[in-house]
Formats: sequence, C-alpha cells, structure tokens
Amino acid sequence: MRHVLYFDHAATTPVYDEVVETVAVVMRDYFANPSSMHKLGQQAGKLVEAAREQVAGLFGVAAGEVVFTSSGTESNATAILGVARQFGATRGRHVVTTPVEHPSVLAQMDVLRAEGFEVTEVPVDANGRVNIADVAAAMRTETILVSVGWVASEVGAVQPVAEIGALLRAWPKALFHVDAVQAVGKLDVDMHAAGVDLLSASAHKFGGPRGAGLLLVRDGVALQALLAGGDQEHGRRAGTPNTAAIAGMAKALRLTLAERAAANSHVRALHTRLREQLAAADATHGLGLALTGSAGPVGSADLDAAHPGSAAGSPYIVHFTVPGLKAQVLLHALEQRDIFVSSRTACSSRDERPSPTLLAMGHSRESALSGIRISFHPSHTTADVDQLADTLVRVIQQLRKEASSQ
Amino acid sequence: VTPDQILIRLGELTLKGKNRHRFEQRVETAVKRVLQPHPRATVQRAFGRMYIHLQGEPYAPIADALSRIFGIQSFSPVYTCENELALIQTLSLSLITTTLAKRTSEAKVKFRVTARRADKAFALTSAELQRELGGFVLLHADGLVVDIHQPELDLQVEVRETGTYVYVDSVKGAGGFPAGSNGKAVVLLSGGIDSPVAAWLAMRQGLRVELVHFHSYPYTSQQAKDKVIALGNQLTKYAREIRLHMVEFTDIQLYLKQAGQDNLLVTLMRRAMMRLSERIAEAEACGAIITGENLGQVASQTLPSLTATSEPVSLPILRPVMMMEKQEIIDLARKIGTFETSILPYEDCCTLFVPKSPATNPNLRVIHKMEEHLTELESKLELALQTKEVLILPLQADKNFSDLL
Repeated sequence: MRHVLYFDHAATTPVYDEVVETVAVVMRDYFANPSSMHKLGQQAGKLVEAAREQVAGLFGVAAGEVVFTSSGTESNATAILGVARQFGATRGRHVVTTPVEHPSVLAQMDVLRAEGFEVTEVPVDANGRVNIADVAAAMRTETILVSVGWVASEVGAVQPVAEIGALLRAWPKALFHVDAVQAVGKLDVDMHAAGVDLLSASAHKFGGPRGAGLLLVRDGVALQALLAGGDQEHGRRAGTPNTAAIAGMAKALRLTLAERAAANSHVRALHTRLREQLAAADATHGLGLALTGSAGPVGSADLDAAHPGSAAGSPYIVHFTVPGLKAQVLLHALEQRDIFVSSRTACSSRDERPSPTLLAMGHSRESALSGIRISFHPSHTTADVDQLADTLVRVIQQLRKEASSQ
Repeated sequence: VTPDQILIRLGELTLKGKNRHRFEQRVETAVKRVLQPHPRATVQRAFGRMYIHLQGEPYAPIADALSRIFGIQSFSPVYTCENELALIQTLSLSLITTTLAKRTSEAKVKFRVTARRADKAFALTSAELQRELGGFVLLHADGLVVDIHQPELDLQVEVRETGTYVYVDSVKGAGGFPAGSNGKAVVLLSGGIDSPVAAWLAMRQGLRVELVHFHSYPYTSQQAKDKVIALGNQLTKYAREIRLHMVEFTDIQLYLKQAGQDNLLVTLMRRAMMRLSERIAEAEACGAIITGENLGQVASQTLPSLTATSEPVSLPILRPVMMMEKQEIIDLARKIGTFETSILPYEDCCTLFVPKSPATNPNLRVIHKMEEHLTELESKLELALQTKEVLILPLQADKNFSDLL
C-alpha cells in the first residue's frame, strides 16, 4: 500500500489508541444513565464528574465552569445564542465578531440578525488578524457579546485574545466568547488570564472522539440554555451525557497537553520547512503560488503566552493560494497521489463560492477560490513535508500546463 | 492579570483572645491541605490574617476550596505590580472594571480608595496616592460614585518595598469556627432536607461530627442508604473526613411495633434512636447529640414530643434548625449542595409503618409503662450497636478512574 499522507488535522484528528480503549470500556461497563439514582447510574455519574474535574484542572478553571456538549458547534451556539437570549431584552442587542470565524459562529450571527440583533464584523488585515483599535471602535454601550476565534480555522491567524479581553474590562456589559477549537492543545489557553467569559472546544480536534465538545463558562455568567428538558450540566445543557465520549475527551486532553511543548517545537519546524520550500519552488518555477500570512509561525514564547503582537499564525496550519487554479481541482489532483488536504474548513468546503475569509483578508475573487489549507499533526515527519512540497510543485506545474494548453 | 497572592481574613476567632493561636493553626492546617495539589503555593501567617503566595498556581480551584474552610471570614485575590504610579493606576483600573463587569444592577457603585505607603522611597504619600488613584479611576471607569464611609467597592493599595499590592474583591468565606475547635458531636442523619443542614451548622460552629443513620433494610432500599452516603460525602467538602455510623434499625422497629400502640410508635422509635445515639456519642467521645428537628414541622416535633424524645438521654440535644423557616433551611441546603440529594424519593425508616395519626402529645406515663414491658429492647439496642457498620467518608468511588481518564 502506498504511504497515505493526511494533512487535514484541522478538520479532524485520528483518535489516540488509549482513547479508543477508554471509549470502548466505558461504553461497555458504564452504560447506565449518569443521572439515574441506582448504583450503576451513580458509577457512570461519578465517572462524568471525575472527567469534569480532570478537564477543569487541565484548563485551570473550577469544575463548575465546565459544561459538556456534543460538539464545538453546539458550544458556539450555546454561548452565542445563550448570551443573546439571556441579555438581549435587558442589556442591548448588539454583537461583535469577525468575518473569519468558523461557520458555526457566523451561522449563529445570522440567527441573531433574524431576531433583530445588530452584528458588527470587525475587519481583518491581510494576515486574517483583527486590529485591537477596530474592536474598540466597534463597541457600543448596548454591545452584549464579542465573539472571536482564538485561531481562525481556515488560515490559522492567531487573534489578540488577551488584548481584547483587557479591552473588554472597560465594557462590563459585554461578555467575551472565544471559539478555541483550533487553539486547545496547541496554544496556551488560559481563559481567566485572558479575560475570557466563554470558551468553546471540541474533542476530535485533539485526538478525542467525535460527539464531545465543551464550553467553559466563567463562574457567575448566566446563560439561557439552548437545550431544555433536563437538569443535566446544572441546567445548562439538557440531554443524557455521552459518558464514553466525555471520558475519551478528558483523556485525549490530558495526553495532548502532556505532549504539547515537544509537539509545538516539532510542528513549528515543519511549518517553517514547508513555507520555505514552497516559497523557493515558487521563485524557481513561477508557480503563481502565494503563501498566506506575512511571517512564519508564532514562536515558542508566542505560543505560551499567545503573544498579541505577532502577525503570524498557528504553526499547525499552512495556507496558500494559487490564483487561477480552483482549490477543488488541486485538492483532487493531490488526492490521486494519496495526499489529503482541504480547501477551507470542513464545515464549508463543499461550498463552491469564494472563501469569505479570504475575501475579508483582501484577496481577489480568483484568489479566494484557490485557497488550500495544510494542517499538521505532531506525527508528521520532515520526509512527509518534503514529499508534500515536492508533489505540490509537480501537480501545480502540471495543472498550469494543462490549463494553458486548452 | 492573574492574582499573585490570596489574602485570607480569619473570622470569629479574633474574638477568642487566648485560643486564637490554636484556632489559627487549625485554619492553617486546613489551608495547607487545600494547597497539597499545588506544591508551589506557600502560606504565611500574619496577625488575624493569612497570605497564600500562589507562585504560579491557579487561583480558581484554590479559591473554590478556600470558600469551604470554616474559620475563614473572607478572602481576596491580591495582584502585584512594581512601585510606579502609572502601573498602579492601570492595574487598579483593570481590577475595578472587572469587578464592575460582574454587576447586574445599573445603579452607581459606591467606591473609595484606601492606600498605604509603607515604602518611604515611593514619591507620593498615602494621602496623595489615594487622591491620584481615586481621580484616575473615576476618570476612566463608568458607574462609580465616591463614598468613603460606606463603600461597596474598596480599592486597597499597599506600597511596600517588595512591590505594590492591590485588591478590590472580597469573597465571602464559610465563616464560623475552624473544624473541631469546639469539640465533637453525633448528628442524626435521616436523608431528609433538615438533618444535613443541621450537621453543616454544627460543623460551622467548630464541631467535628460523627454521623449516625438508622436504616430499615430491606424495608427501605439500598438506594436510601446510598442517598445518606451521598449526603455525608457532600458534607465532607467542608471537612477532611467524616465517619458515618449505619445502624440496622429493622429489628428494633418491628419489635416496637408489636407493642401495639401505633400512635406512640414514632415516639418509641425516636427514644430508641436517642438511646443508641447517646451510646455512640459516649464511645466516640462526643459532647452532644444534634438533630435536624424543626418545631411544629411534624407530629414528632411538637414540644411534648420533643420532651418525650429527649427524656431518656442526659447529653445535651442541640437542634440547630429548630427555629428556622422551611425556606431558610432549603436555601441553606441548596447552598451547601445537599438539597438535590435530599429530595430524592426514597423512604427512610421513619416513614415506614407510620400510623395515620401519631400522637402530638405523647403521655410519658403511658410510654414508661410500655417500655417496662419491652424487656428485649435493651438487648436489641446492644445488638444494633454491635452490628453497626462504620463508613469513612468521603467514600472513595468504587474506583478512581485513573485507568480510564
């Protein structure tokens, strides 16, 4: 069998073997409903609470601040709609976000617009980052929520979350939601230090199972529940807890964070290597390939402090455009060579319109149709990256030739 | 910004001149236990206060645990910066705005600055610093009004040689007396709403508790037992460890029922329970018996019934929730986290075989007569004591899940 190269870890990651084991054992031995009063139910309930304690400890928050959900999408919807419905009638009906958010955030914004809220999208620069002054300018006395992704899922831009958190201290009525789905396990995610009120994460982005997400809700923040019908999760999320997925998520988070420092320095090197090879090949062969973002990956100090001043993105994502070559064409051509990449976030990649994220970053329509996202995993080797770069160059050359000969 | 220290204020024990040292030591022991999972944090004692130096350990989980230590009146996260006016101003403003953000009311917040300059190398005097900070904060934060006499927000700033220490928030502690500082008592734990609250109030008053539960297995379910264990486990969040004495009451109950006076059954049962509790108290060196009785709530809680219940024992019977309204008890139960478990619908022994109209005014002479004929009662009480099961709470979950998580 040929060596398969999967470079779409921002879409989903393979599950740790240890997590597969946990999920299987919990499904079999802790099948009872964690809310049941009998012994079997209580054992399952204790397992869920032990998982909650572990997750809370790893995030440096209190156990009561952890709400388990079914996905990152549900976490985002719970946060955004929950704040809007809790405070929309009393505090104000204005929400601030950015145009480079994941579809699960932007779709909630559409829901809010339909309910009569005003939504301001703060502009981003060519790197996909917002400017703190623009966030400040967007704020109004009736702003109740600011929702910003820590790492933009399509291009990997790292937003100045701590700076925004500091800014929002002067806006007591506005809650701060951060979609940290692409940041957890990679950046130093300290929600309290960054002044964040609500933080979303998803298990399957860090080696956990699908079907498990979490929302951290700062103590004291009231939210209207999205799902009613039971007092699970202290009334913040009805529905029978997915014991196996929750246990798997807690384990995956522990394993990921234990490896984080080593993984980050390795992936940073891969990131630099790929960008250098692509830049060099473009200069030599005139591929018409443009790397997105003006600098290399954020350095170790930046990752640990999520340094607000950095122009570069997450080392886990390399994004580039090949204006004139449609992303799908390149994607499928690579697929024929057993290399798997994506054109944008998995949740919007079937969309054939130009990427709104790239348009917001100032790309032309042609360029915004040609974005390719490479996303890394610590298990990748430099040989994998070399093979990817080599294949990419050959495939682009070939596709360009075919296009011009038509 | 994250806090560098936690300032802990000790409560009622400042009243007790001579015992203060001993009491402070008990609180310190409890605080150190909370810090065990956070090895970098250290504790420093000062007069009537205590400081935790976090040294990088997280504030939130430590604060959560501190809020359950008796003897702590309140505590504050303390932030530090260098002795430079601009830095002190920025830090103060950010703390004030964060605190204001937590408020839900739109009313103006009464505010003052209390500044102390201990470092004489600092250019401003205490009064000058107070003015500079007050002016700066008022200029940059909305919703404040100065009130130096009754502030809701007191910005405390202390400039020392080692740095400037700033805090504004004060988190209410559990209050009361440190664990065990007033001795030990047995608590009758039924599984209802009142008795866990009574136990908690006793603990807050500095009593160590031995919990006693009477069960009528198999007439009552294993779930009823589990429920009591769950309640006891919840109480251990306020103590290191609590023992739960599970007393098999079925045989005694059936025997008392044979006496044939159904309307006095509850009185007879409760007298038997008091006798058993007193013997457990003696064996465990406890100085009192504590119950969750509440005047007038049910037939067994009228004054004549209480007289009949108390009569067989000589230890003081303390009833912390005796005079509280039901809603007050429920509010406390919710606060200490026992309410949800208490309302789970499992029968306890007191609701078994209960007559339609229990006596509200039991006649002591009749009771004495009846007990004279209950010749086997003494041996049954002894048997119940011999066969009782003692659980040490918190009962470890069947496993700690470390293999799974």
